Amino acid sequence: MDVVYKRSGALSDVSTTYCPGCSHGTAFKLIAEISEELDIVNKLVFATPIGCTTFSAPFHKFSTFMSAHGRAPANATGFKRCNPKRPVIVYQGDGDCAAIGTGESIHAAARGEAFTVVMANNQVYGMTGGQMAPTTLTGQKTTTTPNGRSVEVTGYPIRMAEQIAQLEAPRFVTRQSLHTPKNILQAKAAIKKALELQINEGAYSFVELLCACPTNWGIDPSGIKEYIEKNVIPYFPLGDLKG
Amino acid sequence: MAKAVIDEKFCKGCGLCFTVCPKKLLKASEKTNAKGYYCAEQTEEEKCTACSLCAIMCPDAAITVYK
Repeated sequence: MDVVYKRSGALSDVSTTYCPGCSHGTAFKLIAEISEELDIVNKLVFATPIGCTTFSAPFHKFSTFMSAHGRAPANATGFKRCNPKRPVIVYQGDGDCAAIGTGESIHAAARGEAFTVVMANNQVYGMTGGQMAPTTLTGQKTTTTPNGRSVEVTGYPIRMAEQIAQLEAPRFVTRQSLHTPKNILQAKAAIKKALELQINEGAYSFVELLCACPTNWGIDPSGIKEYIEKNVIPYFPLGDLKG
Repeated sequence: MAKAVIDEKFCKGCGLCFTVCPKKLLKASEKTNAKGYYCAEQTEEEKCTACSLCAIMCPDAAITVYK
């Protein structure tokens, strides 16, 4: 029998510590598969900030460095300028990218630094226990908004991809989702395109991924598809915003 | 002949693969793995078409598909 689909060789032989149904594993899997397809497993640098992503180093075979909360685009700027031949992926969560590191995120994009930002948008601070994030949906219950996020008190959720897309320098800005096999394959194509633009043209790209955090959403993983389609995609529409 | 093999070392029993299998061939096992999760297992192997949707969906890259 022939193998039709197998675990990527760029993933290490270690089980992730993420909760069952968490989309971070899916995103890492896609990046691993893409790195094998582009033959950059030994060259790719995976820049991680603070968040559930911080635990990622043992789960893949890429070189990696960790930054202070929100500062991964700044550290990646320094790294990439000193090592222009190394492809760099900055993998951030929504709290990291759109709240704590907004300045770094926006200005790295405005400068058009030659790396790819992948932002996992699961609408909560997952690692610290499900607090409200800048992307938390209006009315969504979190540990810090037990009655649901109120517009009067905390304002509206931030659409980060749109913020980045209105800047001049980014070449490719897109929002994809990881809730169905079709969307996962589209997300893979988007990340691959972003990496190819980085490698071939030194371009900055931003890929926002709608991820699931069933533990902090308080739902069973089997309900992820319905939850994302009903609640998340209406506010965070999918598709290419630029490029 | 086709089949999906689930690696118990990685499977966390989230059940996402159950929801995407067009022929509903995957279900939770009756025994747990070392971590205490009820892993996915394939039933009625002869009906599998190796579409790989389960493996694409798996967040833990636990599924190998053969044809």
